[in-house]
Amino acid sequence: MADKAYLQVSGLSRHFDISDPFLARLLTGGARRKLTAVDNVSFSIERGQTYALVGESGSGKSTIARMIVGLERPDSGSIRFDGRTAFDERQGQVQDNSLRQNLQMVFQSPYSSLNPRWRVGDILMEPIRAFDLIAEPQARRRRVHELLDQVGLSAQDAQRYPHEFSGGQRQRISIARALASNPQFIVCDEPTSALDVSVQAQVLNLLKQLQRDLQLTYLFISHDMAVVRVMAHRIGVLKNGRLVEENAAGPLIDAPQDPYTRMLMESTPRFAGGGATG
Amino acid sequence: MTAPLLDVSDLSVEFPQRRRRLQALDRISFTLEAGEVLGFVGESGAGKSLTGAAIMGLLEPPGRITGGRITLQGQRIDGRAETVRGRRIGMIFQDPLTSLNPLRTVGDQLVETIQIHLDMDADAAAVRAGELLDEVGIDRSRIGAYPHEFSGGMRQRIVIALALAPEPELIIADEPTTALDVSIQAQVLALLRRLCKERGAAVILITHDMGVIAETTDRVAVLYAGRLVETGHTAEVISAPRHPYTRGLMAATPNLDHVSVDTVLPQIPGSMPSLADLPPGCRFHPRCGDVMPVCRRTAASFAEGVACHLYNTQSPEAG
Repeated sequence: MADKAYLQVSGLSRHFDISDPFLARLLTGGARRKLTAVDNVSFSIERGQTYALVGESGSGKSTIARMIVGLERPDSGSIRFDGRTAFDERQGQVQDNSLRQNLQMVFQSPYSSLNPRWRVGDILMEPIRAFDLIAEPQARRRRVHELLDQVGLSAQDAQRYPHEFSGGQRQRISIARALASNPQFIVCDEPTSALDVSVQAQVLNLLKQLQRDLQLTYLFISHDMAVVRVMAHRIGVLKNGRLVEENAAGPLIDAPQDPYTRMLMESTPRFAGGGATG
Repeated sequence: MTAPLLDVSDLSVEFPQRRRRLQALDRISFTLEAGEVLGFVGESGAGKSLTGAAIMGLLEPPGRITGGRITLQGQRIDGRAETVRGRRIGMIFQDPLTSLNPLRTVGDQLVETIQIHLDMDADAAAVRAGELLDEVGIDRSRIGAYPHEFSGGMRQRIVIALALAPEPELIIADEPTTALDVSIQAQVLALLRRLCKERGAAVILITHDMGVIAETTDRVAVLYAGRLVETGHTAEVISAPRHPYTRGLMAATPNLDHVSVDTVLPQIPGSMPSLADLPPGCRFHPRCGDVMPVCRRTAASFAEGVACHLYNTQSPEAG
């Protein structure tokens, strides 16, 4: 089983210093204060599957996502991709381009995550250029058109600017940018929580189709149990930086063990009838 | 039969632009009885917040009401909403932090609101403020605390207390729990519903979430691109939605009880049209799976709770 794990996270922790400023501490005699954002979290994701981290605001789910893609430095623990170390306490953050190329991220807000002054074609070209994937300009352009096609946009859209697109289309552009470096692993941090329901369904279906077509592995971050149920093979429930429950999606949803998981499920608004049936 | 608490008929709102006028609301009609919770649901750009703003007289210029009438207990209020705003109609916005003054204690803000609207001396108002905090589940000993000392859910409870302070007949709550975690959302919605039922105050609850509609409202109105497409008792609309947009919206909402990782969510193709680029005929027709030739030419009139040619026996081409 171990060889099937694509991502392995063990004992991951991150603390933030929330002390008063030095001088204020000196005057009041206050001590340093620490906030434990992520507390000894371990999980692994099988290749080609989706692992969802679910929790409320402040549970540490985004901090974990940022540590995995290397935007935040863990205090302790280790992160391994495909058997290769991306972080451990001895080596720190491993700087390795081929590692970075294999992991990409789709952010929550499609409004702030695209450069408004760049044409869509340039946005998609950037990862190709940065990792030096395709040298020939003609072939680069073809690749950009192929990426747009993969996410349901058209080749002409390469000439347009982000503001010309709706929220759902912008999130498609973010997904295309994530795909541009041919990654094996994508972190999706609340990719649909800024979108309308009818558009959310389009984006979730697109992510699932891309996973099948390209054998992608996802880490999916969300606060919405119903969305997680649609996306995830396995689910980890986070509360105050700790994993309180972790299981395959079916059993976790059908028979939640931890009281916090049960509370999350009960609070999720639901309606009888209508809705998607499997 | 007595007149309804709130009667909105043929309400239209336009935003004039240099060369043309953008029609943001097109002849919206609905009524609301005392003590009733009416949900407005739709996606961004549907006009649900605008409907609330039009009733409150809070349209952003150059937007203005260009037709229809709004009556509160038989009295016209369109054009003079400032006479009822705050006093007879209370408002709750999405973000509690921007609705509260960060520099003044919550007690001060409650007392001020009570004294502006009700004839009460400072001592009586302070006692009333304490009672209101108790009612929304906040210990009255915290009356001297500032907004930043409360959590998001508690701040929204304080905003509810502020809205209820002048004993309004109607509360308009615009996405009151969208900024809150789900566990807090359930508490705040239950509180809002209970307090309004106790006082006989009606509620217009504006949300994009069908689940919130199902669990909180008595009746629901579905809006699409500035038009009312379906209304009805919530239980009936949820169990048997009729308009293709309502059906699509419900099918696209992941339902915890019915989905799994193998589910392909039914999706509505495309997205809501912008006001500058509205399609002719029924505004939903470019995204509709049941589209008929008549839908491209004329919009169905609103009859028996739905505006769709599928159910309109008067339209010649409908079966």
